[in-house]
Amino acid sequence: MIKTDILIIGAGPTGLFTVFEAGLLKLKCHLIDALPQPGGQCAEIYPKKPIYDIPAFPEVLAGDLVDNLMEQIKPFEPGFTLGERADTIEKLDDGTFIVTTNKGTKHHAPVVAIAGGLGSFEPRKPLIENLGQYEDKGVRYMIKDPEFYRDKKVVIAGGGDSALDWSIFLADVAEEVTLVHRRNEFRGALDSVDKVKELKDLGKINLITPAEIVQLEGEDHLEAVLIRKSNEAKEEFWLPVDEFIPLFGLSPKLGPIADWGLEIEKNAIKVDNSLDYQTNIPGIYAIGDVNTYPGKLKLILCGFHEATLMCQSAYQRIFPDKKYVMKYTTVGGVTGFDGSKKEAPKAVVKAIN
Amino acid sequence: MNPDINIIITDREGQKHEVVAPTDMNMNIMELVRSYELAPEGTIGVCGGMAMCASCQCYILTPQIELPDMQDDEEAMLSEAFYTKENSRLGCQIQLTPEMEGLEIELAPES
Repeated sequence: MIKTDILIIGAGPTGLFTVFEAGLLKLKCHLIDALPQPGGQCAEIYPKKPIYDIPAFPEVLAGDLVDNLMEQIKPFEPGFTLGERADTIEKLDDGTFIVTTNKGTKHHAPVVAIAGGLGSFEPRKPLIENLGQYEDKGVRYMIKDPEFYRDKKVVIAGGGDSALDWSIFLADVAEEVTLVHRRNEFRGALDSVDKVKELKDLGKINLITPAEIVQLEGEDHLEAVLIRKSNEAKEEFWLPVDEFIPLFGLSPKLGPIADWGLEIEKNAIKVDNSLDYQTNIPGIYAIGDVNTYPGKLKLILCGFHEATLMCQSAYQRIFPDKKYVMKYTTVGGVTGFDGSKKEAPKAVVKAIN
Repeated sequence: MNPDINIIITDREGQKHEVVAPTDMNMNIMELVRSYELAPEGTIGVCGGMAMCASCQCYILTPQIELPDMQDDEEAMLSEAFYTKENSRLGCQIQLTPEMEGLEIELAPES
């Protein structure tokens, strides 16, 4: 059981900044995220895109924003449960919560802050009739352990970075790698595209474009996929494979959080914006893009503000008898749980003769 | 003075909506659909309009009305999207202009 003060669901910018504000109050944080890396949408959808409305940053790449936040919160030693989705929540008699992920990891905390953005990212599944029948029996939407594919015949579908990168990686692991894409053009990073071309010329990647996988076959486990070329002849052929990996990106779904008994409006969680962004369940807060209230704007900078006020309320919940006096970081400095201390240099007093 | 224009949008349930759209607010079709709440929040415009999610995919039903040409990123995204047809476009890449008076579109299914 992982124990912490504030359990944050969602490791996007709002969730990450919560760690900093909580740290100033000497509260420890642990984050759960369905994605394998922190950063949420900024890392998953648009890491290379610039953002222009972060105060005091005339321009910052979304990926750099995440890196900066990770650096800023490092002294507060946040814990992470990555690649797992928060599935269930249980309120104990003492008012604390146990949150369990889809992998069964349990987290115990007196305060839960949902910073889930648009929800957890789920793989987008291609429209192939009997796809579901082969899930985990030859069809997987995410690659967790590349070794699993050693000496297997693998077919990957998709035209983005992940399809390219995994084709390149698995070319050295799998017995055979086939990449199928609907067009001749790929939209990944240029060097990935070049590398795939190189491996194709070496015969290490079997590239089939423009084409689509339209049917699957196999007794208990996937045995072959039907590939339809998009040329004039609409030529079709069966390719024997052990594993099929459709990589068509991820789309966010509010998911199990919708069943936690929280008041939901327009796919977002209603909170009290006049005070502390608490939901209808005391002790559960919702901050950032996942919440809604009159006048809500889904902006990173608004998430930062909400996280800051939420932490004050969380502090009062955890220490009802203590009175917290806010101190500027310029005055009080930043003392990390790792023993580090940052503070403003003392003023120099010197006479002028 | 940029006039308002009339646009017909068929939502994902097949319901037709005739909406009035401003052409002087730097608005695109995805934002228009959201402003009239014709698709639930969180199911359209997920990436915010960067041509990176295809949640605003729509079918253009009035081929005679000229639209801005497709850029590479829109074409690339559509090539990975589902339910695409010959007349698929990403709503976020179509800025509303006075020339689009009478445009009819249908929202593609959620995916």
